Amino acid sequence: MSVETPGVAAKLEEAMLAPEADHSGMSSALRRNLSSPWATAFVVILTILWTIPTLGLLITSLRPSELASETGWWTVITNPVFTLQNYSEVISGGDTIPGGIAPYFINSFVISIPAALIPLTLALMAAYALAWVPFKFSNAIFLGIFALQVVPLQMALLPLLQLYNLGWFGLPSLKEIVQAIPVLGAWVWPAGGTSFVPMWISHTMFALPLAIFLLHNFISQLPRDLFEAARVDGASHFLIFRKIVLPLSVPAIASFAIFQFLWVWNDLLVALTFAGGTVATAPVTVYLSAIKGTYGAQLHLITAGAFIAIIVPLIVFFSLQRFFVRGLLAGSVKG
Amino acid sequence: MDYASKLTLMVSVVAVFFGVLLLVFFLAARAKGKAQTPLARLIFLGPAAVLVLIGLVIPAIQTTYYSFYNSDGNKFVGAKNYSWIFTTPDNWVFLRNTALWIVITPILSTVLGLTLALLMDRMKRESLPKSLIFMPMAISFVGASIIWGLVYEYRDPAETQVGLLSAFVSLFGIEPPNWLLWQPWNNFLLMVIMIWIQTGFAMVVLSAAIKAIPTDVTEAAMLDGATGWNLFRKVTVPMIRGTLVVVLTTIAIGVLKVFDIVRTMTNGNFGTQVLANEMYAQAFVQFDKGRGSALAVVLFVAVIPLIVYNVVQLRKEQSIR
Repeated sequence: MSVETPGVAAKLEEAMLAPEADHSGMSSALRRNLSSPWATAFVVILTILWTIPTLGLLITSLRPSELASETGWWTVITNPVFTLQNYSEVISGGDTIPGGIAPYFINSFVISIPAALIPLTLALMAAYALAWVPFKFSNAIFLGIFALQVVPLQMALLPLLQLYNLGWFGLPSLKEIVQAIPVLGAWVWPAGGTSFVPMWISHTMFALPLAIFLLHNFISQLPRDLFEAARVDGASHFLIFRKIVLPLSVPAIASFAIFQFLWVWNDLLVALTFAGGTVATAPVTVYLSAIKGTYGAQLHLITAGAFIAIIVPLIVFFSLQRFFVRGLLAGSVKG
Repeated sequence: MDYASKLTLMVSVVAVFFGVLLLVFFLAARAKGKAQTPLARLIFLGPAAVLVLIGLVIPAIQTTYYSFYNSDGNKFVGAKNYSWIFTTPDNWVFLRNTALWIVITPILSTVLGLTLALLMDRMKRESLPKSLIFMPMAISFVGASIIWGLVYEYRDPAETQVGLLSAFVSLFGIEPPNWLLWQPWNNFLLMVIMIWIQTGFAMVVLSAAIKAIPTDVTEAAMLDGATGWNLFRKVTVPMIRGTLVVVLTTIAIGVLKVFDIVRTMTNGNFGTQVLANEMYAQAFVQFDKGRGSALAVVLFVAVIPLIVYNVVQLRKEQSIR
């Protein structure tokens, strides 16, 4: 997603990709003139302030329960006692929290991976058609999809819940349709239970406008000659899509895939509405939100649970920072 | 379902999706002559178009429609749900809070982000502080709420304070209040969480804008005697004005939809309710379809000018480039 994506993404790229090298903004003389120990001190203090809350969470999650509930986490400096007991209890369940976080953690993966791959693929296809197989209404459709980013997903929750469970306009509901599938129906959507299907579909639908917009910006910048030469050689649109569009769009695909995966992983609103609160389909965010209310006083457990939930985004952040930042910034208006 | 069953389901869904897609591609690629291009168009564009129609367009129309109906959605009530929102004294709390959130959070995040961007521009090693301040953007609002819940943890004065904020004010001999019940200031404590998340975003975007200011502009200004604060006010700010607007509106849009933080921290109690959480509560706790829909429409209408302004600024910036 280079310069043509929304300005924000392009700016981020400049900012994060070459943070040390590019100082074109000011001459070195000017920088020396303005730099001061006060500036450095301010940045250092703010960085520490920004990091302390997360550090407090991590330390609390590693302390024995009595220490965690009776002394501040900063007392580890004088009394460094650590344990992994909280993690084993919160992962697989124990006396305080039955069940544990593990099944919800699995649910988060089961929800997030298809909910990232499916919209990504559909959006890439639509973006290719809008950019390189134009027809009379291409521009109108593109503008319409672009404009749909304005619609907050709150506008869609009630009608979609009805579509999934009761059906629209007297037609069968999604639940009835899925359950009617022979043999597999009851596995995918158990009678009287919840299913992952509404989560996958909802996240796909909500992701499409932004995904199509961003990928269109990228794909439409690919060199025209490539497509013309391929068409002259008699390649079908499907071959062009697989052999030209797909390989050349990898940076844009990676950025969006990471953004969408984390968006779904971190989502609470869509999950609360469509996944229900049970262990069958609810993701970690729903579980954390629930135990915050019920076991909020068990600091050692709630912090361990929270750390398990945020470790996945943090790993993605520190290992794929480049794609992560681009994706996150490009998608910052989503929702 | 056990883990194996769930993971099998996930793998099967992805496999079926790509399998069907490949099959359709394979079959459609065999089409010859004039039908080829329209068929390709249909296959590429059709699924996305149908999903967007079902997932956003039709629901948006239905929600607008329900907003003029009663709680069960079977009796037309005119604008009653809207007048309920704006004339019920109980609702002024969430309207006031939403207004406070939308003014304070974007401004403070942007000011902090801009300050950091300016100061870091002059530092040799900016990578680590930048990463650490940007990191909260990766964390979910729920995770952030638990992180800050620990900071705001309150204990009876007879016990040892284990929350960082409580312990900190105790150092100065001040008896800490029960932070999350401390009206109306608890609203600001919740906003701090959002500011903590959004400052990194503002910093990274503004830092890039500052670096993009051409060297000759700043040097010319310096030759004319501009230094420090003057240089910042007369040169830097005008040069990055468009980006500042984009950052402010982007954060404001996020703030309007903020739901997770309030729900997880206080569930809207103790005078902390906001629009997006009230919408969820009306629609899915009270099961009042009419009011829930009307609140969603208000959210929608409030977001529109922000997004339009945001997009107009982005376009302007791009045409300048």
